[in-house]
Amino acid sequence: MLKKYIIFALIAILGFYLASTFKEIPFGANRLGDLNDPETVSAFYLQKSPEDLHVANAITAIVVNFRGFDTLGEVTVLFLAVTGLTSILYRKEEEEDEEERLSIPSSSLVRTGAKILFPLILVLGMYVFIHGHLTPGGGFQGGAIIATGFLLMLITYKTFFTNHNVMTWLESIAGLGFVIAGLYGLIVYGSFLQNTAWTGNLNDLLSGGLIPLIYIFIGLKVGTELTSVLDILLNIKPRKK
Amino acid sequence: MAMILFLVVMVIIILAAAIYAILQKDLLYAVLATGVISVILSIFFYLLQAPDVAITEAAIGIALTTIIFIITIRNTTRDEDEYKENHVEKFNKKN
Repeated sequence: MLKKYIIFALIAILGFYLASTFKEIPFGANRLGDLNDPETVSAFYLQKSPEDLHVANAITAIVVNFRGFDTLGEVTVLFLAVTGLTSILYRKEEEEDEEERLSIPSSSLVRTGAKILFPLILVLGMYVFIHGHLTPGGGFQGGAIIATGFLLMLITYKTFFTNHNVMTWLESIAGLGFVIAGLYGLIVYGSFLQNTAWTGNLNDLLSGGLIPLIYIFIGLKVGTELTSVLDILLNIKPRKK
Repeated sequence: MAMILFLVVMVIIILAAAIYAILQKDLLYAVLATGVISVILSIFFYLLQAPDVAITEAAIGIALTTIIFIITIRNTTRDEDEYKENHVEKFNKKN
């Protein structure tokens, strides 16, 4: 019983400090200030990303360039999660017992629809991460869309298997590419993930220096990792009742 | 006015779905209710001019998370009470 009161007291203390912090921030007010003479960090980003980096999508400029090191950490967290899941759950197929991924076979309507939709979903995902610096979206979103495409095939076809060698290689190359792009900035310009001097024109496909390249690497990495998560989870045998 | 009415209805649906997901003992329905929350949240993110977050919420919240939970339910038990009887209470007795 005492436990409950302690929990309520902790929630009350947390709520008090959260409320007293948020009370200071005027809700809905325009705190951006003048874009040409930036005082706040958001105005600085909004002014710098089109002018210096030539990136139309300011969010991409923040995620990949201004806060690129954090993104490397995020990608590493995802990689570690997938490694842990794989090391616990992955089992090599034994030849004797048949893989029973699907208990009920899909109807021909679903199978034909999945076959038509699968390449379209892959193209959409690649479009999202290749155009990450021009349109909304980017590496994480595109990778997740690609993983949903593979999910559709995995739950529709019994015979559809992803090639583990190709996935491992793609993922490793993408991860290495991100780090090499960062080290390139460190060696040539003196700071990790520093963007190249050449940044192209605003709204061009080839603009933003290293940003599109890094987002393509992130897209490939996230796509292969989420696909392998789904593949591993779907290949666990259902518990025998 | 119509917009505000739409938003109010959406918020009520989110709250109802969240409470339903907590109270529901059949875990499959609870997972589907969290999927409903993600659908409406991605609409909200889009209306609040955050299309990047809306795409993420749509791809991860609606598709991947729901499917991962459904796969987990298939490999464990669908009924919350049954799980408690088989695992939690046995564990409590042992200790």
